[in-house]
Amino acid sequence: MSDLQSLSSLRPGQTATIHAVHTDTSGFHFRLNALGFRSGKPLLVIRIAPLNGPMHLRLGNTEVMLRQDDANMIEVLV
Amino acid sequence: MKRIALLGMPNAGKSTLFNRLSGASAKVANWPGVTVDLLSAKILLAGEMVNLVDLPGIYDLHGYSEDEQVVRHFLCNNSIDLIIIVANAAQIDRQLSLVLQLRALNLPAVLMLNMADEAKQLGITIDTDVLAKELGYPTKLLSAKYGQGYADALHQIEASLRGSTPTEIKHLEQEFSVDQEVESQLEKIISHSVEMPLQVSYTLTEKIDKVMLHPWLGLPLFFAIMYLMFQTVYTIGAPLQDGVAWLLEGFRDIALVPLLSALPPILNDFLIDGVFDGLATVASFVPVIIVFFLIMAIIEDSGYLSRAAFLMDALMSRMGLDGRSFVMLLMGFGCNVPALMGTRTMRSRGLRMLTMLVIPFSLCSARLQVFVFMTIALFEPAKAPMVLFSLYLMSFFIVFLTALLFKGKFHSSEPFALELPPYRLPTSRQMLLRGWHEISHFLYRATKFITIGVVLVWLLTHMPFGVEPASSASWSGWIGEFMSPILSPAGINPELTIALIFGFVAKEIVIGALAVIYGMEGEALMQGIAQQIDWVQAYSFMIFTLIYTPCLATIATIRAEAKSAWFTTLSLAWPMSLAWALSAGFYQTARYLGY
Repeated sequence: MSDLQSLSSLRPGQTATIHAVHTDTSGFHFRLNALGFRSGKPLLVIRIAPLNGPMHLRLGNTEVMLRQDDANMIEVLV
Repeated sequence: MKRIALLGMPNAGKSTLFNRLSGASAKVANWPGVTVDLLSAKILLAGEMVNLVDLPGIYDLHGYSEDEQVVRHFLCNNSIDLIIIVANAAQIDRQLSLVLQLRALNLPAVLMLNMADEAKQLGITIDTDVLAKELGYPTKLLSAKYGQGYADALHQIEASLRGSTPTEIKHLEQEFSVDQEVESQLEKIISHSVEMPLQVSYTLTEKIDKVMLHPWLGLPLFFAIMYLMFQTVYTIGAPLQDGVAWLLEGFRDIALVPLLSALPPILNDFLIDGVFDGLATVASFVPVIIVFFLIMAIIEDSGYLSRAAFLMDALMSRMGLDGRSFVMLLMGFGCNVPALMGTRTMRSRGLRMLTMLVIPFSLCSARLQVFVFMTIALFEPAKAPMVLFSLYLMSFFIVFLTALLFKGKFHSSEPFALELPPYRLPTSRQMLLRGWHEISHFLYRATKFITIGVVLVWLLTHMPFGVEPASSASWSGWIGEFMSPILSPAGINPELTIALIFGFVAKEIVIGALAVIYGMEGEALMQGIAQQIDWVQAYSFMIFTLIYTPCLATIATIRAEAKSAWFTTLSLAWPMSLAWALSAGFYQTARYLGY
């Protein structure tokens, strides 16, 4: 049972697999790519910062923070 | 001379390797993208002097942010004999992409897989022979921080350097339509050479983060850490300052005074009450600064700064800034200049300008000296750290106020992602290097403009010849009188006015200038000031010092980074007006309330 949704809808503790990265700001996908956001890669939501702040994620051996607005552009398979 | 460039992703330990290779003290910071400006060192390798250049940490060669542009420009405009690529061994599956991009450019390189100790702990094994063969680059595992594997790595660098020829890239643009290819290569190479446990976990980091990034406790803990830091700086630094001041005073009375007694009085006065007292007063604060930077070094290297960015991002975004801006503000506590340069990791001009507008309000270590001086002189020891902390809070408050007022002018919608590296401890070697770096930085400044500033202040207070020093008949008296309608509403007297004028160049001169103006040093100087002004005036003076302008170097950096005369003018005019309004407001209110 798998289901496509945006990364920003995930809650802390949830894992998912990256399906696609739809960034509209030019060049930001390079940065995400270099940080390990590549389709097919698993990720874990560790926590979300207070006041609706950024998400704390783990991809492989890298931990990254990403704003929820930007996480919205990443499609994941839950 | 042959040229070697160090290149790698942020947080791969590139600066640590640079320090180990050069023995110099480039700054080490455990947060992505902090290495700014191009550090270089001349070192002896393979029997000849070579030029080693430390390039900014970059994620890839696409030139997304300004520091990536810097690297592109460097590669296109300089011939390079060898590139030392530094990658974090524990994140090889991700960082290899940069290596593959470089390989597509046919640059001569060696690959240094750093942080081998961490990778080993995490159960990651890398077959460097297979990796080297697949990449076509000599590859070594090492820990630049602790030194394992370093001798072997150095040997490899020397061997590669001997066989290399200078290479220059002409057309970087065309070389990068190969991303898809890079990705499939990457998967293949990793699967051949790296064994990684399915689930890697930094258990210690996870445990610490559970507390430090706790939804309720995170922010209070952050402020508690800051308070503890300044309390420590004060508790350790103040007695040290006292000790050094005592030693210098002794030197003056026992050696200098008898030695110079044969000189004509005016020259004697110039050398002892002018140059020596001024410099000695500034020098007595070096221990405070060293203690401060040692604690900063622990915090920076620990990886906590990016956690601070995580905690504060939501708040910062409401002010038109982001987590990086907050980290730069914290970096600014050391010195505003590198913090301003650190904004190069920002792509949106609006965000970068707004961050540069607020960084100068960050209470830097030079201003810290002035405040430690004033608080020791005018407040009880029990209250002094609180007074100091209140100035840090005010520094944040002014940042927030300025950002809120100007965010409409500097709009940005830059997406924001930042790596959160595992917690690390700096080695004592790194700490020592850092301490030494601060001392040499001070000596450099002391021999340049602090001496000149002190000499000028002496001249102003002693000219025309024969007047009573710093009296209303002296040049400094005239200037003080002239400025008095502006600054007396803030309770700032003519003596403090002269110090503020010179403080425009550098804040260290402020205390040196006060020593010269009052013709005293050490304990006597503090008592002299305490007799002349009360705590309300002192606090008003500190508010003004905090806000009006950090120093000439900061202004020059803003000008160079923003490349805009309009913006430079704004970043002079706004703080000046605000400094006056707040200190006058504080002074008048306090007086009205009867203090």
